Amino acid sequence: MTDSPASAPPLHTPLNALYRSLGGKMVPFAGYDMPVQFPSGILAEHQHVRAGAGLFDVSHMGQIRLTAKAGQSAAAALETLVPGDIAGLKPGQQRYTQLTSESGGILDDLMVTSTGDHLLLVVNAACKDGDLAHLRARLQDRVEIEPMFARGLLALQGPLAVRALSRLAPSVAGLAFMTGAFARIDGADCYVTRSGYTGCDGFEISTPGDACEPIARALLAMAEVKPIGLGARDSLRLEAGLCLYGHDIDTATTPVEAGLLWSIGKERRVTGGFPGAAVVQRQIAEGPPRRRVGLRPDGRTIARENSDIVDASGTKVGMVTSGGFGPSVSGPIAMGYVDRAHAAAGTKLEMMVRGKPVPAEIVAMPFVKHTYWRG
Amino acid sequence: MTILKFSDQHEWIRVEGDVGTVGISDYAQQQLGDVVFVELPETGRAVDKGGEIAVVESVKAASDIYAPVSGEIVEVNAALSESPGDVNVDPMGKAWFFRIRLSNTADLDALMDQAAYDAFVATLS
Repeated sequence: MTDSPASAPPLHTPLNALYRSLGGKMVPFAGYDMPVQFPSGILAEHQHVRAGAGLFDVSHMGQIRLTAKAGQSAAAALETLVPGDIAGLKPGQQRYTQLTSESGGILDDLMVTSTGDHLLLVVNAACKDGDLAHLRARLQDRVEIEPMFARGLLALQGPLAVRALSRLAPSVAGLAFMTGAFARIDGADCYVTRSGYTGCDGFEISTPGDACEPIARALLAMAEVKPIGLGARDSLRLEAGLCLYGHDIDTATTPVEAGLLWSIGKERRVTGGFPGAAVVQRQIAEGPPRRRVGLRPDGRTIARENSDIVDASGTKVGMVTSGGFGPSVSGPIAMGYVDRAHAAAGTKLEMMVRGKPVPAEIVAMPFVKHTYWRG
Repeated sequence: MTILKFSDQHEWIRVEGDVGTVGISDYAQQQLGDVVFVELPETGRAVDKGGEIAVVESVKAASDIYAPVSGEIVEVNAALSESPGDVNVDPMGKAWFFRIRLSNTADLDALMDQAAYDAFVATLS
């Protein structure tokens, strides 16, 4: 996880006081004071999301609205910075993509939703100021760029999320995975998408800043909803095989190496037109030099981030970028990058933990089956 | 008689004769959160006071466990590999880590008794 610089005082999201009152154990994260866990603990929180509905405060993430200037297209403008098919988004559709660098690295990963009139972006907290500057430098002649950093963002995740949120906004039950719509919740104008970062069905709810806490309280009053901290957010996304920016992807990894080719529009693979397109297209044609893979160690030893991955002869072939205990898998799991020659599922490698090799096997991800609601 | 002492690294040691049973304190398990793996030493291993002797993995992080006294490991709690969560439930009881034969019982003099340890923990929060 990305810690904040020690100098600045931590920022607070609209839920800070509520989460402190619920016994949240607060830690610095991306410049914010955020709950890593609640009294029930990370394992219980993780299992609750898989079986019920968990409420995450993700208001620290950056929400940015793009609106086309006269005679311009916001989607066409954004496509000059990302490899995703944004022009093809119909109103209410959402897509995952990346801001790429000239060398094909990933400056940030983000969600883009078209409302018809605007594009709504959700970017990582640690990157949001840099992303905003990047967008302004490249796009401000073509689009209005509005940071909405004072808005709240709630993630309600789990198989019972739809039942819970439908009580406040019946229309959300009609959304399919990776779509969104405006909804009035508790008297406030919100934008709800059926998406998340857990591999489960669920929603992300963008709220006016002052409506965030009342909506969170209304959800937490429901029997199936419990507050969830960053600790379980990390174990859930790792089991779901999802990348954490700054760990599994960064400016030194390309979308192809990261196994994110699925998120690059088919046409855009050919036409390019985004930063680093030449590097990405070459890697699509020739194969990337290394690949992000899932790893299951034998036994219960956990190989964490930065553990070396070696082959049978002890030669380093890669490195772990995320590793931990998967509560739903009931064992250790990891993801990392390995040289292309060793990246096939079933390959036996070893991960070095405290100087000792731990046998591991490359496995397909996700570690836990996604249960998205596709309608 | 039984002597119970604590280290400032939050290990406890319960000594009868020249053999001490070692685990981590309730404060330590609370700080760690859910324990999911404990790496124990091999029996027969000699360790110096303060040396790294075991590892506790919580969901969040790995933490080293240090030998509160010098000596030789004579037994480890194999049950912990099957039920590491016992560390959160009964840290001072069934979730003991290992037994160590003290090479110098005077090592105990440098450790805290229960009252001193409780006072020490009170300064940490």
